[in-house]
Amino acid sequence: MMRSASRLIVLIIAALPAAAVAQTLARYAIVGDGIPEPLTGQPGDPTRGRALVLARSSTCILCHFGPFPEARFQGDLAPSLAGAGSRSTPAQLRLRLVDASQVNPDTIMPSYYRIDGLTRVGSAWRDKPILSAEQIEDIVAYLATLRE
Amino acid sequence: MRPQALLAAALLGMALPVLAGEIAPSGRRSGYDFMSADSKAMQDDDTANPAMLSVLEGETLWTTKAGAADKSCSDCHGAVDVSMKGVAARYPAFSAASAAPVDLGQRVNLCRRQHQEADPFAPESRELLALTALIAKQSRGMPITAGGDPRLASSVARGRELFVQRQGQLNLACANCHDDNWDKHLAGSAITQGQPTGYPIYRLEWQGMGSLQRRLRGCMTGIRAQAFDFDAPDMIALELYLMSRAHGMTMDAPAVRP
Ligand code: HEC
Ligand code: HEC
Repeated sequence: MMRSASRLIVLIIAALPAAAVAQTLARYAIVGDGIPEPLTGQPGDPTRGRALVLARSSTCILCHFGPFPEARFQGDLAPSLAGAGSRSTPAQLRLRLVDASQVNPDTIMPSYYRIDGLTRVGSAWRDKPILSAEQIEDIVAYLATLRE
Repeated sequence: MRPQALLAAALLGMALPVLAGEIAPSGRRSGYDFMSADSKAMQDDDTANPAMLSVLEGETLWTTKAGAADKSCSDCHGAVDVSMKGVAARYPAFSAASAAPVDLGQRVNLCRRQHQEADPFAPESRELLALTALIAKQSRGMPITAGGDPRLASSVARGRELFVQRQGQLNLACANCHDDNWDKHLAGSAITQGQPTGYPIYRLEWQGMGSLQRRLRGCMTGIRAQAFDFDAPDMIALELYLMSRAHGMTMDAPAVRP
């Protein structure tokens, strides 16, 4: 019974046009200056998170630099990620990644888990968040290990 | 427009305050200033600058008869180093025919159509890059003057609006990088002020020539925005704003850029 119901939902989602599929972002609750609960309901994997932070497609080190000796090209548009886990709680890190503009309305840091309020997004990227809920959790888990 | 009106427009322009984040005239720097010594040397020496091959091709095209009218550029304009001196420095310019700005490539294509009765060159074609490189070279060392024509005011304003508008999946405005963070680095690259002094350029990353429009499309794709089509009115407005923003800066076309 349960299984066929969830399969039905999957089918409906697959058949919906892009704009409606876009609404399938996991829901989350902001409490204070953070998002206390993982977007996926479970903690992420810090090893995968480190690889994601270094991957060009994630865009983090276009702007940031940090304790990544193997990465030749790092940015200096943004503060070092070294010690990010000492300065912020996992809940704060999660909100910062999901939608940094909630922390600082003028920030240049993109909102990695937001699809509304954007202008002229290229067709390849339209109605998709920059990172998935799983990827955000992996990165949060990794950043939390950056202590100093 | 009467001279008094022109003067009034000029005074108004001068009275406008520098907007937050905008670069003061004394602080403006060409992309050249951010380059490595090797790249600077390549640009400075005409025998090493790969863009000069395109200029040579442009010289041939300048004197080649074309189209149903069987005329060459030089049949109407004469020697390029005389008639085209300073021209690129004032483009995009107002075209009375379309009551809108046209950039240098579009101007070349207008001549192709109207005076040579030939098909226009495609955007980024070898021929169009060669002729625009040849013409731009005749403005080397001269100050940029584009954007002063009062009939262009609304297009300049539109270009500025586009420049400061957040766009794309990364939700960044041109100004976020080129006004506010030009002294910093994106991954390994110097961000620069995005000054359009050297176009068309030979870009090392492209291993070839390209126009300012191609460069702008690169930045738009970089922030995951839908890049403007070649020659779209918003594209020309953005080019025009960049040129007016660089008012008084020295042209160094055809430049080398990383
Ligand atoms: C376009 C630039 C840009 C990109 C890309 C970017 N950030 Fe940021 N980030 C910033 C800026 C600027 C700040 C400083 C605070 C502010 O302006 O909001 C910041 C702040 C942070 C902070 C808080 C730093 C602290 O300790 O106070 C963290 C953590 C962070 N970013 C992580 C990331 C991660 C992880 C990614 C990629 C998934 C990323 N950022 C991508 C610009 C960027
Ligand atoms: C996230 C940062 C960023 C954003 C946003 C951005 N650019 Fe750029 N832009 C760069 C970088 C980095 C370079 C230099 C790359 C190189 O030459 O190696 C550059 C180069 C340029 C150049 C070439 C300058 C020269 O010296 O030839 C122009 C012009 C330019 N950008 C205009 C724009 C415009 C217009 C927009 C908005 C549509 C824009 N940029 C958005 C980072 C950015």
